[in-house]
Amino acid sequence: MHELSIIEEILKITQNEARKHNAKRILEIRLMVGEMSGVIPDIMQEYFNIASKGTLAEGALLKIKKVPIKIKCQNCCKESIIKRNKVKCPLCGSYDIKIISGREFYIDSLEVE
Amino acid sequence: MEIKVVRQIFEWNEDCSNEIKKELKEKKVFMINVMGSPGTGKTSLIVELIKRLSRTYKIAVIEGDIAGQVDAKKIDALGIPVVQLNTDGACHIEAMSIKHVLPYFDLENTDVVFVENIGNLVCPAEFNIGEDIRIAILSVPEGDDKVEKYPLMFSTTDILAINKYDMKEFFDFDDVKVENMAMDLNHNIAIFRISSKSGEGIEKLTDFIKDKIFEKIER
Repeated sequence: MHELSIIEEILKITQNEARKHNAKRILEIRLMVGEMSGVIPDIMQEYFNIASKGTLAEGALLKIKKVPIKIKCQNCCKESIIKRNKVKCPLCGSYDIKIISGREFYIDSLEVE
Repeated sequence: MEIKVVRQIFEWNEDCSNEIKKELKEKKVFMINVMGSPGTGKTSLIVELIKRLSRTYKIAVIEGDIAGQVDAKKIDALGIPVVQLNTDGACHIEAMSIKHVLPYFDLENTDVVFVENIGNLVCPAEFNIGEDIRIAILSVPEGDDKVEKYPLMFSTTDILAINKYDMKEFFDFDDVKVENMAMDLNHNIAIFRISSKSGEGIEKLTDFIKDKIFEKIER
C-alpha cells in the first residue's frame, strides 16, 4: 500500500504550484495514469480526503484519466492499442514493439480558485 | 483558473535511482533487486547465489524488511557485509533508502550488491532503486496464478525464478502456463526453474547473472 506516499507527493507538488500562482484553494487535480502502472485510482480519493485536511487542497477532487497502452510495431510499423496481459503486436504477432503510451503517472493540471 | 503542471509523481524516486546508477557505474558495482512474496525463498536464493558468486566477486547485501533482523543474521553468518534496512511498515524500498545505505559499504572493494526487497508482489515493482537487473521469485506452493494476478511485477523483471521446483509433484502447479503468461507480459524475461534447497537450476541461473555482471564491470 504505497498510495499514501503517492498522495503525499501529489500534495507537495500541487501546493507548490498553487502557491506560485497565489491560489487560495485547489478545487481539482487532474492526473494521468497509464494502464501499465499499478496504481489503484479508486482508493486514492479516500486517502486524499484524509491526507489533505487543513491544506490548500482540502476537498479537492481527484480526476483520474486512464491512458491506454499504445504500441508501435517495429515489424509492421502499425500502431495499436493493446491489453496489459499481451504485450505484442495484435496485427502481426511480433514482440518487437515500442510502447508509446501507457506508462504515464503524472499530474497534468490543477483547477484553482 | 487552470494551472498546467505536468509533473511526474515518482520524479523524486527516478532522479534518485539515476543518481545511484551513475555512482555504481563509476565504481563498477552491479546491483541486483530481488523481489517476491514472503516465504518465496528470497533469502535462501541470495545465500545460494552468494556461495557461487563469491568465488569470483566481492559481495554485499542490503536486507529489506518491515521489521526484524532475521535475514541479515543469515547473511552475516556467511561473512558477507550486510545492512538491515527496516522500513517500519512501508511496503517497498525506495531509491532514497538505498542511497542512504550504500555509504555503509566499501564500494571501491565491492563488485555485487544484492538488495532483498520487501516481501510483496505489488509495490516493489513500482520503484526503481538504481538496480542493474531485477529477479522476481515465484515459488511452486504459491500457485500458478500469480503472474496473472500481479502483472506489473512480472512485466518489469529481467529474471523469473520459479523456486521450490523440487516440490512440483505435490502441488497443482502448471509451470508451462506460468511461462506462457510471463512471456506474454514480457517477451525478454529469462525464466529459470530452480530449488534453493536441492540446488537444481541454481548453476544455470548463476551463469546467467555472471554474464550480466561481466557485461557491466569487466568491459
